[in-house]
Amino acid sequence: MAKRVLMKGNEVIAEAAIRAGCRHYFGYPITPQTEVMHYMAREMVKHGGTFVQAESEVAAINMVYGAAATGERVLTSSSSPGISLKQEGISYIAGAELPAVVVNIMRGGPGLGGILPSQGDYFQATKGGGHGDYKNLVIAPASVQELYELTVKSFDLADKYRMVCMILGDGTIGQMMEPVAFKEKEETLEVAKPWATTGMHGREKHNTITSIYIDPDDLEAKNRELQDKYREIEEKEVMFESSNLDDAEIVIAAYGTCSRICKNVIRQAAELGIKVGMVRPITLWPFPSKEFSRVADMPSVKGFLDVELSSGQMIEDVRLAVNGKKPVYFHGRMGGNLPTQKEILDEIVKIHKGEM
Amino acid sequence: MAVVFQKTKGLTDKPFHYCPGCMHGIIHRLIAEVMEEMDIIDKTIGVASVGCTYNNYDYFSCDMVQAAHGRAPAVATGIKRCKPEEMVFTYQGDGDLASIGTAEIVHAAARGEKICTFFVNNAVYGMTSGQMAPTTLLGQVTTTSPLGRDAETRGYPINVSEMLATLTGAVYIERVALFDYKHIQEAKKAIAKAFRVQQKGLGFAMVEFLSTCPTNWGKEPIEALEWCKEKMVPQYPLGVFKGQDLEV
Repeated sequence: MAKRVLMKGNEVIAEAAIRAGCRHYFGYPITPQTEVMHYMAREMVKHGGTFVQAESEVAAINMVYGAAATGERVLTSSSSPGISLKQEGISYIAGAELPAVVVNIMRGGPGLGGILPSQGDYFQATKGGGHGDYKNLVIAPASVQELYELTVKSFDLADKYRMVCMILGDGTIGQMMEPVAFKEKEETLEVAKPWATTGMHGREKHNTITSIYIDPDDLEAKNRELQDKYREIEEKEVMFESSNLDDAEIVIAAYGTCSRICKNVIRQAAELGIKVGMVRPITLWPFPSKEFSRVADMPSVKGFLDVELSSGQMIEDVRLAVNGKKPVYFHGRMGGNLPTQKEILDEIVKIHKGEM
Repeated sequence: MAVVFQKTKGLTDKPFHYCPGCMHGIIHRLIAEVMEEMDIIDKTIGVASVGCTYNNYDYFSCDMVQAAHGRAPAVATGIKRCKPEEMVFTYQGDGDLASIGTAEIVHAAARGEKICTFFVNNAVYGMTSGQMAPTTLLGQVTTTSPLGRDAETRGYPINVSEMLATLTGAVYIERVALFDYKHIQEAKKAIAKAFRVQQKGLGFAMVEFLSTCPTNWGKEPIEALEWCKEKMVPQYPLGVFKGQDLEV
């Protein structure tokens, strides 16, 4: 096994990006993701890459747009309020079909909110975020090791589908230190980019990158193309982790930091004789709807408990997938607070007793 | 028979959509001619912005990227940092550059990004039908200053060239006009100089063009030219604001 090193989540994102062949980073400081930026400022120069501290998140995402237009692998990172500012650019990237990786290490909101962990940007990330009919691939790692592996993968996915792949973590994931084992060499996807604006250099036709289609038929056709791509992704790219589902009576739905807390709760519930399983979405879009639907059909399952660092956002997707087959209960904390294991266990006991 | 004049290779065959008397066509042709004469069509990436020239990616024959409103200098930064050997230019109007995109243009210039910006100042928003721009003159009637721009409620015009000339990263800033053959030739020289500044990697270069918008000014093309000369030049004097002694 490869040597393991102790690293902070945010730094691992940056290291993973460099390992994935990303040589261009554009960002603006904001807590709690700033270590991504510090690491890039320090390390990018060693790899002959670009680091630009932009004048705003708006400028940073547009630098990403320009860099992606040349076909280069490119990264930006921010946290919730900064991601709101990037939404204009993300919509343009979706419309122009450019590959880019965007990291959101979420903090509490709305407004300036706080700087502590939150999952309050789930709607923004998975339902579009900016204007127009589009989607981002949204990946939610739950450990520093996963941050590494999934960040590398996100560059492949972005290139493959020519779209934004968003790493959606919360402040805990970004700030925690954990051992991580890096591969000797990354095996990344080589995607041809004949569409890129690189200067023509003898190419017969000039390339243009744009998201404007003034003719309504052209724009509708473009939208249909995008939707076809999204349907393909929903078929091929769903990632989740299901655990303890055999004979499970109650199934937890949780991602990122919440899923880690819930793992311990599952053990504690077992000690009380309650069988609890978990479905942890790794891709938040595409959402593992089929898995939730399958689990909802299991005769042993009495109901679901969705746990989030929000007022309940992912629960809407869980309920759509479960489609009324079983009840879906909720427990969430906001403002940067994390649920304790006891809080969650109490909910499970209540559900088990039929008190909910 | 000898060919005495032909369309530059820097432009495609697509007909311009601009209004009669509009100067975008002239400016496009000048940029395209310079690209052809400098033999850089093949290694130039242009950035179109939002406004009347949103689709000039269809007109220039080099690689082109369409940018969000005001963001062209940031987009150009991303392109140039990835492709430092290519020539990169932005083409922006006054609403785009001097209003919604002030942060992007100021910081691109401050960073000394090795890009060229071609800034078209016609003192009005053209595409959205003649609203007041940051460059609108005091007293000028627009659809959003129907009684004429008053300083009390609508502030003062921004002189972008003079402002950017204060920045160290901006190495060449010139304001030109297109009133007649002589001015048009001077404008072309300024475009070529801006590209040469970039070629030599000296820093940020911008050419501001005083331009007309007969449609939204409600004037005949000739009348509009006269108005530009008489009213705009006193507010926006022509000349080199940065890099007077620059030899490129």
